[in-house]
Amino acid sequence: MADVTVIGAGVAGLTCALALAERGASVEVIDRGERLGAEACSWYAGGMLAPWCERESAEPLVAELGEEAIDYWAERVPGVMRKGTLVVAPARDVPDLARFARRTERFGWVDGERIATLEPDLAGRFSKGLFFSEEGHLDPRDALDALSEALARQGISIRFGVEVENEAPSSPTIVDCRGFGARDALPDLRGVKGEMVLVRTKDVTLSRPVRLLHPRHPVYIVPRDDGLFMIGATMIESSERGRVTARAMLELLGAAYAVHPAFAEAEIIEIGADVRPAFPDNLPRISRRGRTFHVNGLFRHGFLLAPALARRVAATVLHGTHYPEVMDEDQLQR
Amino acid sequence: MRLYDVELRFRLMLGTAQYPSPAVLLDAIKASRSEVVTVSLRREAGGSRAGQAFWSMIRNLGLRVLPNTAGCHTVKEAVTTAHMAREVFGTPWIKLEVIGDHDTLQPDVFGLVEAARILTEDGFEVFPYTTEDLSVCGRLVEAGCRVLMPWGAPIGSGRGLNNPYGLRTLRAHFPETPLIVDAGLGRPSQAAAAMELGYDGVLLNTAVAKAGDPVRMAEAFGQAVEAGRLAHLAGPMEPRDMAAPSTPVMGMALLS
Repeated sequence: MADVTVIGAGVAGLTCALALAERGASVEVIDRGERLGAEACSWYAGGMLAPWCERESAEPLVAELGEEAIDYWAERVPGVMRKGTLVVAPARDVPDLARFARRTERFGWVDGERIATLEPDLAGRFSKGLFFSEEGHLDPRDALDALSEALARQGISIRFGVEVENEAPSSPTIVDCRGFGARDALPDLRGVKGEMVLVRTKDVTLSRPVRLLHPRHPVYIVPRDDGLFMIGATMIESSERGRVTARAMLELLGAAYAVHPAFAEAEIIEIGADVRPAFPDNLPRISRRGRTFHVNGLFRHGFLLAPALARRVAATVLHGTHYPEVMDEDQLQR
Repeated sequence: MRLYDVELRFRLMLGTAQYPSPAVLLDAIKASRSEVVTVSLRREAGGSRAGQAFWSMIRNLGLRVLPNTAGCHTVKEAVTTAHMAREVFGTPWIKLEVIGDHDTLQPDVFGLVEAARILTEDGFEVFPYTTEDLSVCGRLVEAGCRVLMPWGAPIGSGRGLNNPYGLRTLRAHFPETPLIVDAGLGRPSQAAAAMELGYDGVLLNTAVAKAGDPVRMAEAFGQAVEAGRLAHLAGPMEPRDMAAPSTPVMGMALLS
Protein backbone atom coordinates (compact mmCIF):
# COMPACT_ATOMS: atom_id res chain seq x y z
CA MET A 1 0.00 0.00 0.00
CA ALA A 2 1.24 3.48 -0.85
CA ASP A 3 1.90 6.04 1.91
CA VAL A 4 0.10 8.70 -0.07
CA THR A 5 -2.66 8.62 -2.67
CA VAL A 6 -2.80 11.66 -4.91
CA ILE A 7 -6.21 12.15 -6.49
CA GLY A 8 -6.18 14.01 -9.78
CA ALA A 9 -3.54 13.92 -12.52
CA GLY A 10 -3.68 17.57 -13.52
CA VAL A 11 -0.73 19.86 -13.00
CA ALA A 12 -1.38 20.14 -9.26
CA GLY A 13 -1.67 16.39 -8.72
CA LEU A 14 1.35 15.45 -10.81
CA THR A 15 3.67 18.05 -9.27
CA CYS A 16 2.55 17.06 -5.75
CA ALA A 17 3.06 13.36 -6.50
CA LEU A 18 6.51 14.01 -7.91
CA ALA A 19 7.53 16.23 -4.99
CA LEU A 20 6.47 13.52 -2.53
CA ALA A 21 8.15 10.74 -4.50
CA GLU A 22 11.38 12.71 -4.87
CA ARG A 23 11.44 13.05 -1.08
CA GLY A 24 11.10 9.32 -0.56
CA ALA A 25 7.39 8.77 -0.04
CA SER A 26 5.66 5.87 -1.73
CA VAL A 27 2.96 7.46 -3.84
CA GLU A 28 0.11 6.40 -6.07
CA VAL A 29 -1.83 8.66 -8.44
CA ILE A 30 -5.42 8.07 -9.49
CA ASP A 31 -7.55 10.07 -11.94
CA ARG A 32 -11.11 9.69 -13.12
CA GLY A 33 -10.19 10.45 -16.75
CA GLU A 34 -9.43 7.78 -19.30
CA ARG A 35 -6.03 9.23 -20.19
CA LEU A 36 -3.68 12.08 -19.29
CA GLY A 37 -5.46 15.42 -19.53
CA ALA A 38 -8.88 13.99 -20.35
CA GLU A 39 -10.49 15.46 -17.24
CA ALA A 40 -7.90 18.07 -16.25
CA CYS A 41 -8.38 21.78 -16.84
CA SER A 42 -4.55 21.91 -17.15
CA TRP A 43 -5.03 20.44 -20.61
CA TYR A 44 -6.47 23.75 -21.78
CA ALA A 45 -3.97 25.99 -20.02
CA GLY A 46 -2.00 28.65 -21.83
CA GLY A 47 1.28 27.64 -20.24
CA MET A 48 2.49 31.18 -19.58
CA LEU A 49 5.01 31.43 -16.77
CA ALA A 50 4.28 35.07 -16.13
CA PRO A 51 4.37 35.89 -12.42
CA TRP A 52 4.85 39.62 -12.99
CA CYS A 53 2.26 40.10 -15.74
CA GLU A 54 -0.30 38.29 -13.65
CA ARG A 55 0.04 40.96 -10.97
CA GLU A 56 -2.26 43.02 -13.16
CA SER A 57 -5.20 41.24 -11.60
CA ALA A 58 -3.68 38.96 -8.96
CA GLU A 59 -2.56 39.47 -5.38
CA PRO A 60 1.20 39.80 -4.65
CA LEU A 61 1.26 36.20 -3.34
CA VAL A 62 0.79 34.87 -6.88
CA ALA A 63 3.99 36.55 -8.03
CA GLU A 64 5.86 35.44 -4.90
CA LEU A 65 4.87 31.80 -5.32
CA GLY A 66 5.23 31.88 -9.08
CA GLU A 67 8.78 33.17 -9.19
CA GLU A 68 10.30 29.69 -8.85
CA ALA A 69 8.13 28.17 -11.59
CA ILE A 70 10.32 28.94 -14.61
CA ASP A 71 13.39 27.19 -13.15
CA TYR A 72 11.27 24.27 -11.97
CA TRP A 73 9.83 23.64 -15.41
CA ALA A 74 13.07 24.29 -17.27
CA GLU A 75 14.68 21.49 -15.25
CA ARG A 76 11.92 19.01 -16.02
CA VAL A 77 10.37 19.81 -19.39
CA PRO A 78 12.17 20.14 -22.72
CA GLY A 79 11.26 23.25 -24.68
CA VAL A 80 10.59 25.69 -21.86
CA MET A 81 11.16 29.11 -23.37
CA ARG A 82 12.59 32.12 -21.53
CA LYS A 83 11.81 34.80 -24.04
CA GLY A 84 9.65 37.02 -21.90
CA THR A 85 6.16 38.36 -22.45
CA LEU A 86 5.15 41.21 -24.73
CA VAL A 87 2.09 43.27 -23.79
CA VAL A 88 0.63 45.52 -26.48
CA ALA A 89 -2.50 47.60 -26.98
CA PRO A 90 -4.16 49.09 -30.05
CA ALA A 91 -3.70 52.86 -30.33
CA ARG A 92 -7.09 53.67 -28.85
CA ASP A 93 -6.51 51.49 -25.79
CA VAL A 94 -3.04 52.80 -24.90
CA PRO A 95 -4.38 54.18 -21.56
CA ASP A 96 -4.84 50.53 -20.57
CA LEU A 97 -1.08 49.99 -20.95
CA ALA A 98 -0.46 52.68 -18.35
CA ARG A 99 -2.85 50.94 -15.99
CA PHE A 100 -1.19 47.58 -16.63
CA ALA A 101 2.21 49.16 -15.98
CA ARG A 102 1.05 50.72 -12.71
CA ARG A 103 -0.08 47.36 -11.39
CA THR A 104 2.87 45.21 -12.46
CA GLU A 105 6.66 45.15 -12.10
CA ARG A 106 9.89 43.93 -13.75
CA PHE A 107 9.09 45.20 -17.24
CA GLY A 108 10.39 47.85 -19.58
CA TRP A 109 8.44 50.17 -21.87
CA VAL A 110 9.07 49.39 -25.53
CA ASP A 111 8.40 51.49 -28.61
CA GLY A 112 7.45 50.39 -32.11
CA GLU A 113 11.07 49.88 -33.12
CA ARG A 114 11.86 47.65 -30.16
CA ILE A 115 8.64 45.69 -30.68
CA ALA A 116 9.75 45.07 -34.27
CA THR A 117 13.10 43.78 -33.05
CA LEU A 118 11.48 41.43 -30.57
CA GLU A 119 8.72 40.25 -32.86
CA PRO A 120 9.50 41.13 -36.50
CA ASP A 121 6.02 40.09 -37.64
CA LEU A 122 4.49 42.77 -35.43
CA ALA A 123 6.59 45.54 -37.07
CA GLY A 124 4.51 48.64 -37.66
CA ARG A 125 1.47 47.24 -35.89
CA PHE A 126 1.95 48.63 -32.37
CA SER A 127 3.74 51.75 -31.26
CA LYS A 128 3.85 51.08 -27.52
CA GLY A 129 4.12 48.08 -25.28
CA LEU A 130 5.54 46.51 -22.14
CA PHE A 131 8.22 43.84 -22.20
CA PHE A 132 8.54 41.45 -19.27
CA SER A 133 11.91 39.99 -20.22
CA GLU A 134 12.27 37.46 -17.37
CA GLU A 135 9.08 35.52 -18.03
CA GLY A 136 8.71 32.24 -19.88
CA HIS A 137 6.26 29.83 -21.45
CA LEU A 138 5.80 26.13 -22.10
CA ASP A 139 3.44 23.72 -23.79
CA PRO A 140 1.25 22.46 -20.94
CA ARG A 141 0.56 19.13 -22.62
CA ASP A 142 4.29 18.46 -23.02
CA ALA A 143 4.71 19.41 -19.39
CA LEU A 144 2.04 16.96 -18.20
CA ASP A 145 3.68 14.25 -20.32
CA ALA A 146 7.09 15.05 -18.85
CA LEU A 147 5.73 14.87 -15.29
CA SER A 148 4.05 11.57 -16.01
CA GLU A 149 7.34 10.19 -17.37
CA ALA A 150 9.25 11.52 -14.38
CA LEU A 151 6.78 9.69 -12.13
CA ALA A 152 7.21 6.54 -14.18
CA ARG A 153 10.95 6.76 -13.59
CA GLN A 154 10.15 6.77 -9.87
CA GLY A 155 8.11 3.61 -10.44
CA ILE A 156 4.77 5.38 -10.23
CA SER A 157 2.16 4.85 -12.91
CA ILE A 158 -1.06 6.82 -12.97
CA ARG A 159 -4.20 4.72 -12.62
CA PHE A 160 -6.80 6.21 -14.94
CA GLY A 161 -10.55 5.70 -14.96
CA VAL A 162 -10.76 5.53 -11.15
CA GLU A 163 -13.69 7.33 -9.50
CA VAL A 164 -13.00 8.07 -5.82
CA GLU A 165 -16.72 7.82 -5.14
CA ASN A 166 -16.60 4.13 -6.04
CA GLU A 167 -13.19 3.29 -4.66
CA ALA A 168 -12.08 5.23 -1.58
CA PRO A 169 -8.27 5.17 -1.28
CA SER A 170 -7.06 3.16 1.70
CA SER A 171 -3.65 4.80 2.10
CA PRO A 172 -3.00 6.69 5.35
CA THR A 173 -2.67 10.05 3.59
CA ILE A 174 -4.61 11.51 0.68
CA VAL A 175 -3.59 14.55 -1.33
CA ASP A 176 -6.73 15.73 -3.09
CA CYS A 177 -5.93 17.68 -6.26
CA ARG A 178 -9.26 17.30 -8.03
CA GLY A 179 -9.64 20.97 -8.85
CA PHE A 180 -13.27 21.94 -9.35
CA GLY A 181 -14.19 18.27 -8.87
CA ALA A 182 -13.52 18.72 -5.14
CA ARG A 183 -16.32 21.21 -4.59
CA ASP A 184 -18.22 18.55 -2.62
CA ALA A 185 -15.54 18.87 0.07
CA LEU A 186 -14.70 22.56 -0.36
CA PRO A 187 -17.95 24.52 -0.39
CA ASP A 188 -16.42 27.92 -1.13
CA LEU A 189 -14.74 26.65 -4.29
CA ARG A 190 -16.26 28.06 -7.47
CA GLY A 191 -15.69 27.57 -11.18
CA VAL A 192 -14.41 30.25 -13.56
CA LYS A 193 -14.96 29.10 -17.08
CA GLY A 194 -12.27 29.58 -19.71
CA GLU A 195 -12.49 28.97 -23.44
CA MET A 196 -9.52 28.62 -25.80
CA VAL A 197 -8.74 27.93 -29.43
CA LEU A 198 -5.69 26.31 -30.96
CA VAL A 199 -4.78 27.41 -34.48
CA ARG A 200 -1.99 26.69 -36.93
CA THR A 201 -0.43 29.08 -39.41
CA LYS A 202 2.97 29.46 -41.06
CA ASP A 203 2.22 33.06 -42.05
CA VAL A 204 3.08 34.58 -38.71
CA THR A 205 5.83 33.77 -36.25
CA LEU A 206 5.95 34.82 -32.62
CA SER A 207 8.75 33.99 -30.20
CA ARG A 208 6.94 34.68 -26.97
CA PRO A 209 3.43 35.10 -25.56
CA VAL A 210 1.79 38.30 -26.74
CA ARG A 211 -0.97 39.85 -24.66
CA LEU A 212 -3.34 42.28 -26.31
CA LEU A 213 -5.04 44.65 -23.90
CA HIS A 214 -8.62 45.41 -24.71
CA PRO A 215 -11.29 46.83 -22.42
CA ARG A 216 -13.72 44.03 -23.22
CA HIS A 217 -11.80 41.10 -24.68
CA PRO A 218 -8.22 40.94 -23.50
CA VAL A 219 -6.48 38.02 -25.18
CA TYR A 220 -3.15 36.27 -25.15
CA ILE A 221 -1.49 34.30 -27.90
CA VAL A 222 1.06 31.70 -26.90
CA PRO A 223 3.27 30.26 -29.66
CA ARG A 224 3.91 26.53 -29.62
CA ASP A 225 5.88 24.21 -31.91
CA ASP A 226 5.00 23.54 -35.55
CA GLY A 227 3.19 26.81 -36.21
CA LEU A 228 0.66 26.21 -33.45
CA PHE A 229 -0.75 29.08 -31.43
CA MET A 230 -2.91 28.87 -28.36
CA ILE A 231 -5.35 31.77 -28.17
CA GLY A 232 -7.07 32.31 -24.85
CA ALA A 233 -8.84 32.74 -22.72
CA THR A 234 -12.24 33.87 -21.61
CA MET A 235 -12.99 34.40 -17.90
CA ILE A 236 -16.60 33.74 -17.03
CA GLU A 237 -18.14 33.28 -13.59
CA SER A 238 -19.63 29.93 -14.45
CA SER A 239 -19.09 26.28 -13.58
CA GLU A 240 -20.16 25.04 -16.99
CA ARG A 241 -17.60 22.66 -18.45
CA GLY A 242 -16.91 21.90 -22.07
CA ARG A 243 -19.32 24.11 -23.97
CA VAL A 244 -17.57 26.64 -26.22
CA THR A 245 -19.72 29.57 -27.31
CA ALA A 246 -19.68 31.33 -30.66
CA ARG A 247 -19.29 34.59 -28.76
CA ALA A 248 -16.07 33.40 -27.17
CA MET A 249 -14.67 32.40 -30.54
CA LEU A 250 -15.68 35.74 -32.06
CA GLU A 251 -13.87 37.55 -29.27
CA LEU A 252 -10.73 35.42 -29.20
CA LEU A 253 -10.29 35.19 -32.95
CA GLY A 254 -11.24 38.84 -33.44
CA ALA A 255 -8.58 39.86 -30.96
CA ALA A 256 -6.00 37.56 -32.56
CA TYR A 257 -6.84 39.14 -35.91
CA ALA A 258 -6.16 42.53 -34.36
CA VAL A 259 -2.70 41.30 -33.32
CA HIS A 260 -1.98 40.06 -36.83
CA PRO A 261 -4.33 39.66 -39.84
CA ALA A 262 -2.62 36.39 -40.80
CA PHE A 263 -4.55 34.72 -37.99
CA ALA A 264 -7.66 35.07 -40.15
CA GLU A 265 -6.22 32.45 -42.50
CA ALA A 266 -5.00 30.12 -39.77
CA GLU A 267 -6.35 26.60 -39.56
CA ILE A 268 -8.49 25.90 -36.50
CA ILE A 269 -7.03 22.81 -34.86
CA GLU A 270 -9.00 22.60 -31.66
CA ILE A 271 -11.40 24.51 -29.48
CA GLY A 272 -11.85 23.75 -25.84
CA ALA A 273 -13.29 24.93 -22.55
CA ASP A 274 -13.03 23.97 -18.93
CA VAL A 275 -13.46 25.37 -15.47
CA ARG A 276 -10.71 26.85 -13.31
CA PRO A 277 -11.08 26.11 -9.61
CA ALA A 278 -11.02 29.26 -7.49
CA PHE A 279 -11.60 30.34 -3.90
CA PRO A 280 -13.23 33.72 -3.20
CA ASP A 281 -9.86 35.51 -3.06
CA ASN A 282 -8.63 33.71 -6.21
CA LEU A 283 -5.63 32.48 -4.22
CA PRO A 284 -4.48 28.87 -3.83
CA ARG A 285 -4.91 27.00 -0.58
CA ILE A 286 -3.64 23.86 1.11
CA SER A 287 -6.18 22.72 3.67
CA ARG A 288 -6.30 19.64 5.85
CA ARG A 289 -9.42 17.59 6.59
CA GLY A 290 -8.41 14.57 8.67
CA ARG A 291 -6.10 12.40 6.57
CA THR A 292 -6.80 14.45 3.43
CA PHE A 293 -4.76 17.43 2.28
CA HIS A 294 -6.63 19.52 -0.28
CA VAL A 295 -4.52 21.45 -2.78
CA ASN A 296 -6.86 23.66 -4.70
CA GLY A 297 -7.84 27.11 -5.95
CA LEU A 298 -4.95 27.48 -8.40
CA PHE A 299 -7.41 29.47 -10.56
CA ARG A 300 -5.76 30.68 -13.77
CA HIS A 301 -2.26 30.05 -12.42
CA GLY A 302 -1.94 26.27 -12.48
CA PHE A 303 1.50 25.92 -14.08
CA LEU A 304 2.74 29.05 -12.35
CA LEU A 305 1.80 28.01 -8.82
CA ALA A 306 1.97 24.22 -8.88
CA PRO A 307 5.73 23.93 -8.22
CA ALA A 308 5.61 26.14 -5.12
CA LEU A 309 2.53 24.38 -3.80
CA ALA A 310 3.90 20.90 -4.46
CA ARG A 311 7.03 21.70 -2.48
CA ARG A 312 4.93 22.93 0.42
CA VAL A 313 2.56 19.97 0.30
CA ALA A 314 5.45 17.52 0.44
CA ALA A 315 6.97 19.25 3.48
CA THR A 316 3.56 19.47 5.14
CA VAL A 317 2.69 15.83 4.57
CA LEU A 318 6.12 14.45 5.44
CA HIS A 319 7.26 16.83 8.18
CA GLY A 320 4.17 18.72 9.33
CA THR A 321 5.54 22.07 8.21
CA HIS A 322 3.05 24.94 8.33
CA TYR A 323 2.93 27.54 5.56
CA PRO A 324 0.66 30.35 6.72
CA GLU A 325 0.60 32.07 3.31
CA VAL A 326 -1.31 29.17 1.76
CA MET A 327 -2.64 27.29 4.79
CA ASP A 328 -4.37 29.83 7.03
CA GLU A 329 -8.06 29.50 6.36
CA ASP A 330 -8.76 33.01 7.54
CA GLN A 331 -8.11 35.17 4.51
CA LEU A 332 -7.45 38.26 6.59
CA GLN A 333 -4.35 36.63 8.04
CA ARG A 334 -2.77 36.10 4.68
CA MET B 1 -33.85 58.05 -1.50
CA ARG B 2 -36.93 56.10 -2.51
CA LEU B 3 -36.74 53.77 -5.51
CA TYR B 4 -39.98 51.96 -6.29
CA ASP B 5 -41.21 52.06 -2.70
CA VAL B 6 -37.86 51.00 -1.30
CA GLU B 7 -36.20 53.45 1.02
CA LEU B 8 -32.38 53.57 0.78
CA ARG B 9 -29.97 55.40 3.05
CA PHE B 10 -26.94 55.43 0.77
CA ARG B 11 -26.89 56.73 -2.77
CA LEU B 12 -24.05 54.86 -4.40
CA MET B 13 -24.76 51.63 -6.26
CA LEU B 14 -22.00 49.30 -7.39
CA GLY B 15 -21.67 46.92 -10.30
CA THR B 16 -20.11 43.53 -9.54
CA ALA B 17 -18.07 42.79 -12.69
CA GLN B 18 -14.33 42.88 -13.40
CA TYR B 19 -12.98 42.82 -9.85
CA PRO B 20 -9.67 41.02 -9.20
CA SER B 21 -11.56 38.47 -7.08
CA PRO B 22 -14.91 37.99 -5.36
CA ALA B 23 -13.18 38.66 -2.04
CA VAL B 24 -12.05 42.10 -3.25
CA LEU B 25 -15.56 42.73 -4.59
CA LEU B 26 -17.10 42.01 -1.19
CA ASP B 27 -14.63 44.29 0.60
CA ALA B 28 -15.26 47.04 -1.95
CA ILE B 29 -19.02 46.82 -1.46
CA LYS B 30 -18.57 47.11 2.29
CA ALA B 31 -16.21 50.06 1.97
CA SER B 32 -18.58 51.88 -0.39
CA ARG B 33 -21.55 51.33 1.96
CA SER B 34 -23.67 50.57 -1.11
CA GLU B 35 -27.03 49.01 -0.36
CA VAL B 36 -27.72 48.08 -3.97
CA VAL B 37 -25.50 46.03 -6.29
CA THR B 38 -26.08 45.25 -9.94
CA VAL B 39 -25.26 41.90 -11.44
CA SER B 40 -25.33 40.69 -15.02
CA LEU B 41 -26.91 37.41 -16.01
CA ARG B 42 -26.49 37.07 -19.67
CA ARG B 43 -23.12 35.52 -20.04
CA GLU B 44 -22.77 33.64 -16.79
CA ALA B 45 -26.00 31.80 -17.49
CA GLY B 46 -24.51 29.24 -19.83
CA GLY B 47 -26.70 26.31 -20.70
CA SER B 48 -27.87 25.44 -17.24
CA ARG B 49 -27.63 28.22 -14.69
CA ALA B 50 -23.97 27.47 -14.29
CA GLY B 51 -23.32 30.89 -12.75
CA GLN B 52 -25.05 29.76 -9.53
CA ALA B 53 -21.97 30.00 -7.32
CA PHE B 54 -21.39 33.67 -8.11
CA TRP B 55 -25.08 34.53 -7.94
CA SER B 56 -25.62 32.88 -4.60
CA MET B 57 -22.61 34.75 -3.27
CA ILE B 58 -24.27 38.01 -4.39
CA ARG B 59 -27.62 36.93 -2.95
CA ASN B 60 -25.99 36.09 0.37
CA LEU B 61 -24.65 39.61 0.79
CA GLY B 62 -28.05 40.60 2.16
CA LEU B 63 -28.12 43.64 -0.10
CA ARG B 64 -30.74 44.61 -2.60
CA VAL B 65 -29.83 43.14 -5.98
CA LEU B 66 -30.52 45.07 -9.16
CA PRO B 67 -30.02 42.52 -11.95
CA ASN B 68 -29.19 43.98 -15.33
CA THR B 69 -29.59 43.05 -18.96
CA ALA B 70 -26.03 44.05 -19.91
CA GLY B 71 -25.00 42.85 -23.33
CA CYS B 72 -28.53 42.65 -24.76
CA HIS B 73 -28.93 44.21 -28.17
CA THR B 74 -32.59 43.51 -28.88
CA VAL B 75 -35.88 43.96 -27.06
CA LYS B 76 -36.46 40.23 -27.08
CA GLU B 77 -33.08 39.38 -25.54
CA ALA B 78 -33.57 42.02 -22.86
CA VAL B 79 -37.06 40.81 -21.98
CA THR B 80 -35.96 37.18 -21.79
CA THR B 81 -32.97 38.09 -19.62
CA ALA B 82 -35.21 40.15 -17.32
CA HIS B 83 -37.49 37.18 -16.79
CA MET B 84 -34.55 34.96 -15.97
CA ALA B 85 -33.24 37.59 -13.54
CA ARG B 86 -36.57 37.71 -11.75
CA GLU B 87 -36.48 33.97 -11.34
CA VAL B 88 -32.86 33.81 -10.15
CA PHE B 89 -32.93 36.76 -7.76
CA GLY B 90 -36.61 36.88 -6.81
CA THR B 91 -36.87 40.63 -7.43
CA PRO B 92 -39.08 42.69 -9.73
CA TRP B 93 -36.22 45.17 -10.14
CA ILE B 94 -34.41 45.19 -13.47
CA LYS B 95 -31.77 47.54 -14.80
CA LEU B 96 -32.74 47.61 -18.43
CA GLU B 97 -29.98 47.92 -21.01
CA VAL B 98 -30.71 47.63 -24.71
CA ILE B 99 -27.46 48.38 -26.51
CA GLY B 100 -27.64 50.14 -29.86
CA ASP B 101 -24.02 50.45 -30.86
CA HIS B 102 -21.28 47.96 -30.24
CA ASP B 103 -18.43 50.46 -29.98
CA THR B 104 -19.97 53.14 -27.79
CA LEU B 105 -22.44 50.84 -25.99
CA GLN B 106 -24.92 53.65 -26.55
CA PRO B 107 -28.48 52.70 -25.57
CA ASP B 108 -30.91 51.89 -28.38
CA VAL B 109 -33.53 54.28 -27.05
CA PHE B 110 -36.34 52.99 -29.29
CA GLY B 111 -35.83 49.40 -28.16
CA LEU B 112 -35.39 50.64 -24.60
CA VAL B 113 -38.81 52.33 -24.51
CA GLU B 114 -40.48 49.28 -26.04
CA ALA B 115 -38.81 46.84 -23.65
CA ALA B 116 -39.60 49.13 -20.69
CA ARG B 117 -43.31 49.08 -21.64
CA ILE B 118 -43.40 45.29 -22.04
CA LEU B 119 -41.62 44.68 -18.74
CA THR B 120 -43.64 47.26 -16.76
CA GLU B 121 -46.88 45.68 -17.97
CA ASP B 122 -45.47 42.38 -16.80
CA GLY B 123 -44.99 43.68 -13.26
CA PHE B 124 -41.28 44.58 -13.42
CA GLU B 125 -39.87 47.71 -11.81
CA VAL B 126 -37.65 49.04 -14.54
CA PHE B 127 -34.46 51.09 -14.12
CA PRO B 128 -33.72 52.13 -17.71
CA TYR B 129 -30.13 52.87 -18.76
CA THR B 130 -30.75 55.76 -21.15
CA THR B 131 -29.17 58.77 -22.81
CA GLU B 132 -29.86 62.14 -21.20
CA ASP B 133 -32.38 62.94 -23.98
CA LEU B 134 -35.46 64.71 -22.58
CA SER B 135 -38.02 63.22 -24.93
CA VAL B 136 -36.70 59.69 -24.55
CA CYS B 137 -36.87 60.09 -20.77
CA GLY B 138 -40.44 61.38 -21.16
CA ARG B 139 -41.36 58.25 -23.12
CA LEU B 140 -39.75 56.05 -20.50
CA VAL B 141 -41.82 57.68 -17.77
CA GLU B 142 -44.96 57.22 -19.92
CA ALA B 143 -44.00 53.58 -20.32
CA GLY B 144 -44.13 53.23 -16.55
CA CYS B 145 -40.54 53.80 -15.40
CA ARG B 146 -40.42 55.49 -11.99
CA VAL B 147 -36.62 55.81 -11.99
CA LEU B 148 -34.38 57.11 -14.80
CA MET B 149 -30.72 56.26 -15.25
CA PRO B 150 -29.08 58.59 -17.76
CA TRP B 151 -25.47 57.95 -18.69
CA GLY B 152 -22.67 60.29 -17.71
CA ALA B 153 -20.52 59.00 -20.59
CA PRO B 154 -20.17 55.68 -22.43
CA ILE B 155 -19.87 52.61 -20.20
CA GLY B 156 -16.35 52.03 -18.93
CA SER B 157 -14.97 55.20 -20.51
CA GLY B 158 -14.24 57.04 -17.26
CA ARG B 159 -14.94 60.36 -18.96
CA GLY B 160 -17.26 61.74 -16.32
CA LEU B 161 -20.25 63.95 -17.13
CA ASN B 162 -20.09 64.54 -20.89
CA ASN B 163 -23.11 66.79 -20.97
CA PRO B 164 -23.67 68.60 -17.67
CA TYR B 165 -26.10 70.98 -19.38
CA GLY B 166 -28.27 68.08 -20.57
CA LEU B 167 -28.17 66.42 -17.17
CA ARG B 168 -29.15 69.69 -15.46
CA THR B 169 -32.05 70.15 -17.89
CA LEU B 170 -33.20 66.61 -17.25
CA ARG B 171 -33.16 67.24 -13.51
CA ALA B 172 -35.25 70.38 -14.00
CA HIS B 173 -37.81 68.56 -16.17
CA PHE B 174 -38.22 65.58 -13.87
CA PRO B 175 -38.11 67.07 -10.38
CA GLU B 176 -40.08 64.21 -8.86
CA THR B 177 -38.50 61.20 -10.59
CA PRO B 178 -35.40 59.70 -8.97
CA LEU B 179 -32.49 60.26 -11.35
CA ILE B 180 -29.33 58.18 -11.14
CA VAL B 181 -26.23 58.77 -13.23
CA ASP B 182 -25.29 55.38 -14.59
CA ALA B 183 -22.04 54.72 -16.42
CA GLY B 184 -19.04 56.70 -17.58
CA LEU B 185 -17.71 57.92 -14.24
CA GLY B 186 -14.00 57.52 -13.60
CA ARG B 187 -13.24 59.60 -10.53
CA PRO B 188 -14.95 60.44 -7.26
CA SER B 189 -14.96 64.16 -8.16
CA GLN B 190 -17.20 63.32 -11.12
CA ALA B 191 -19.60 61.46 -8.87
CA ALA B 192 -19.67 64.43 -6.52
CA ALA B 193 -20.40 66.70 -9.50
CA ALA B 194 -23.39 64.55 -10.49
CA MET B 195 -24.74 64.73 -6.96
CA GLU B 196 -24.20 68.51 -6.84
CA LEU B 197 -26.44 68.75 -9.91
CA GLY B 198 -29.18 67.33 -7.73
CA TYR B 199 -29.04 63.77 -8.92
CA ASP B 200 -30.39 61.22 -6.49
CA GLY B 201 -27.67 58.66 -6.88
CA VAL B 202 -24.80 57.24 -8.87
CA LEU B 203 -24.16 53.78 -10.26
CA LEU B 204 -20.71 52.67 -11.33
CA ASN B 205 -18.52 49.62 -11.77
CA THR B 206 -15.30 49.93 -13.79
CA ALA B 207 -13.98 52.97 -11.91
CA VAL B 208 -13.86 50.91 -8.73
CA ALA B 209 -13.19 47.44 -10.11
CA LYS B 210 -10.21 48.54 -12.22
CA ALA B 211 -8.71 50.96 -9.73
CA GLY B 212 -5.27 50.18 -8.34
CA ASP B 213 -6.90 49.51 -4.98
CA PRO B 214 -10.60 48.83 -5.58
CA VAL B 215 -11.52 48.81 -1.87
CA ARG B 216 -10.02 52.21 -1.20
CA MET B 217 -11.57 53.62 -4.39
CA ALA B 218 -14.98 52.28 -3.36
CA GLU B 219 -14.68 54.14 -0.09
CA ALA B 220 -13.63 57.30 -1.95
CA PHE B 221 -16.68 57.11 -4.21
CA GLY B 222 -18.95 56.50 -1.23
CA GLN B 223 -17.64 59.64 0.46
CA ALA B 224 -17.78 61.69 -2.75
CA VAL B 225 -21.42 60.78 -3.29
CA GLU B 226 -22.25 61.79 0.28
CA ALA B 227 -20.28 65.04 -0.11
CA GLY B 228 -21.99 65.90 -3.39
CA ARG B 229 -25.40 65.21 -1.88
CA LEU B 230 -24.67 67.40 1.15
CA ALA B 231 -23.40 70.15 -1.12
CA HIS B 232 -26.58 70.03 -3.16
CA LEU B 233 -28.72 70.23 -0.04
CA ALA B 234 -26.57 73.04 1.33
CA GLY B 235 -26.95 75.14 -1.82
CA PRO B 236 -23.58 75.95 -3.39
CA MET B 237 -22.68 79.56 -4.02
CA GLU B 238 -22.80 80.86 -7.57
CA PRO B 239 -19.48 81.52 -9.29
CA ARG B 240 -18.73 85.17 -9.97
CA ASP B 241 -16.13 87.11 -11.90
CA MET B 242 -15.15 89.70 -9.32
CA ALA B 243 -13.25 88.78 -6.25
CA ALA B 244 -15.23 89.13 -3.04
CA PRO B 245 -13.06 89.22 0.04
CA SER B 246 -14.13 86.82 2.70
CA THR B 247 -12.69 89.02 5.41
CA PRO B 248 -14.43 92.36 5.95
CA VAL B 249 -12.31 95.31 4.80
CA MET B 250 -13.88 97.65 7.27
CA GLY B 251 -11.92 98.41 10.35
CA MET B 252 -8.49 98.01 8.78
CA ALA B 253 -5.71 99.22 10.94
CA LEU B 254 -4.74 102.73 9.97
CA LEU B 255 -1.41 104.15 10.74
CA SER B 256 -1.68 107.80 11.38
